[in-house]
Amino acid sequence: MSKYASNPDAIRALVRPEEVHRDVYTSPEVFRLEMRHLFANTWVYVGHASQIPEKGDYITTEIGDQPVLVVRHTDMSVHVLYNRCPHKGVKIASEACGNTGKFFRCPYHAWSFKTNGNLLAIPLKKGYENTGLENSEAVKGLAPVAHVKVYRDFIFARLNDAGESFEEFFGESLSSIDNMIDRSPEGKLVLEGAPLRYMHNCNWKMLVENQTDTCHPMVAHESSAGTAVSVWEKEQAKGGPKPMAVEVYAPFMAPYEFFEGMGIRVWPHGHGHTGVTTSIHADYSAVPGYFDQMVETYGEERARQILGENRHNTVYFPHIMVKGPIQTLRLFKPIAADKTLVESYTFRLVGAPDMLFERTLMYNRLINAPTSIVGHDDLEVYERAQKGLAADALEWVNVQRLYEPGEDHEETAIANGTSERQMRNQFAAWVHYMTLDMEEPARVEAAE
Amino acid sequence: MTTDTLTRLTPDTVTEADLTAFIYREARLLDELRYEDWLKLYTEDAHYWMPAEWQQTDPRLQASLMYEDMLLLRIRVERLAGARTFSQKPKSRAQHLLQAPQVDEMNPGANLFRTWTSFHYVETRGDEKEFFAGWAKHEIRVEEGALKIALKRVDLLNFDAPFGNIQLFM
Repeated sequence: MSKYASNPDAIRALVRPEEVHRDVYTSPEVFRLEMRHLFANTWVYVGHASQIPEKGDYITTEIGDQPVLVVRHTDMSVHVLYNRCPHKGVKIASEACGNTGKFFRCPYHAWSFKTNGNLLAIPLKKGYENTGLENSEAVKGLAPVAHVKVYRDFIFARLNDAGESFEEFFGESLSSIDNMIDRSPEGKLVLEGAPLRYMHNCNWKMLVENQTDTCHPMVAHESSAGTAVSVWEKEQAKGGPKPMAVEVYAPFMAPYEFFEGMGIRVWPHGHGHTGVTTSIHADYSAVPGYFDQMVETYGEERARQILGENRHNTVYFPHIMVKGPIQTLRLFKPIAADKTLVESYTFRLVGAPDMLFERTLMYNRLINAPTSIVGHDDLEVYERAQKGLAADALEWVNVQRLYEPGEDHEETAIANGTSERQMRNQFAAWVHYMTLDMEEPARVEAAE
Repeated sequence: MTTDTLTRLTPDTVTEADLTAFIYREARLLDELRYEDWLKLYTEDAHYWMPAEWQQTDPRLQASLMYEDMLLLRIRVERLAGARTFSQKPKSRAQHLLQAPQVDEMNPGANLFRTWTSFHYVETRGDEKEFFAGWAKHEIRVEEGALKIALKRVDLLNFDAPFGNIQLFM
């Protein structure tokens, strides 16, 4: 029997101001409702325009559990279409990316579609004469996703009509994407390098919450970052500059005071970021020539402003994280209540020295790969959490750190960097977008 | 295997049989979890490389799963034994099944020897067991009378698939 479907009160009851019920992580029904409501009511990242530069280029991905393809049409516009032949249901494209030419052709019966989804041709069409095919869903072509927005080459889509405009949904949070782009001397990013793909046997929200959890690095990563620091200290006697890899690892061992001081900023609709004043990315060695390029493009004052913004992790609700100073984007793809595929993408700053992209790739493999020792630390605790939540003695998960009664998640605010306010902000948004289009239950007879 | 310490090799005296035995010995040290001994098989400027792209040519400006120098490998080995390395409670174990290594290059003049080895690899931890298949390419030199690995490149058959944790060495 369903407990949560069409029952917004039951959904609301899962989230209290300072704690959340374990069902948000473990219930298959809640997961299915997330796919139907949360991922349909929010603006979901589907890809980057640099992945589809030419006419006919496409990528395949999912919005929640909905298969979609993102394609560059012949007029260069970007379309997001359901990846499903309107005839028999076959996925039109199965590769992660490719070029389809001027049209998509279904491999089953050769129905073909323009790159904006419109039906182009059906073989042996006379067999449909006088059958009323023109009134069917099938003849309309590949179904388009209703709302698409390309913001400075970042492509977002929303399945449902309900909800805010793109600009209102993201608001000031777009400043983190802006900063990542502005770090290119040409104001342009190219998604480059294979994404690192890492399977996690845990709920997708654990990963999103971890992005602004600043009380775990010095504990969970003592084994990796702490060992990196201690091995480097022994090697230091040999002389030589501090290696790039040590610059990447060492800040994970910064003390609590560092993370308290760096601050957290929360925005409406579930977005937020750590690293308001500084971050673990602030002290990387300068790359020769880069600052001069930036000054040439932007002038010294603006260049300093762009490079002085060292935000740590920016969460775009519901499920991506962007690191402006290191040019990575992580996508936490929900597979099941207890299964999440993490894809970590890298961007090249167009026009900048290669060494910056080298650092981006190094960061990604040292921190985000299935072979990453930092990743091993994190996945271990997520999987233990997923298993531990089976304990019936306790049903609630605490998110109370630096909680202030009366927190308003509709406003922008800055808090102590070790606050769990962004986690609370995400859950406030979670309730909102889960219940936005959820029908109230049919009135139950009083006699029952 | 005692011949390794008794025989002082020079590039000119290296045989294909020496290279093959060396590749097997590396796999055995890994299967026996003898990581300190394993590290000694590598030159001080060595790299362990696991590409993330098909027919990858560049470890620095293309994505890799691993591209680690000796410092990073030592960090890994030390971490595996750490008291607070929770992802090793319980500990992982590994097993290699190697096809006979093929010698691709015998170049004593340049002190460079290349081998190609097809392998199956199993890593286990707790109740979980993961299977991997791929090809290992070794670049080997003679240093101080012994064979040493200057580069080990591990290309996984399904390098682009999502994996769970890979904590040990292939």
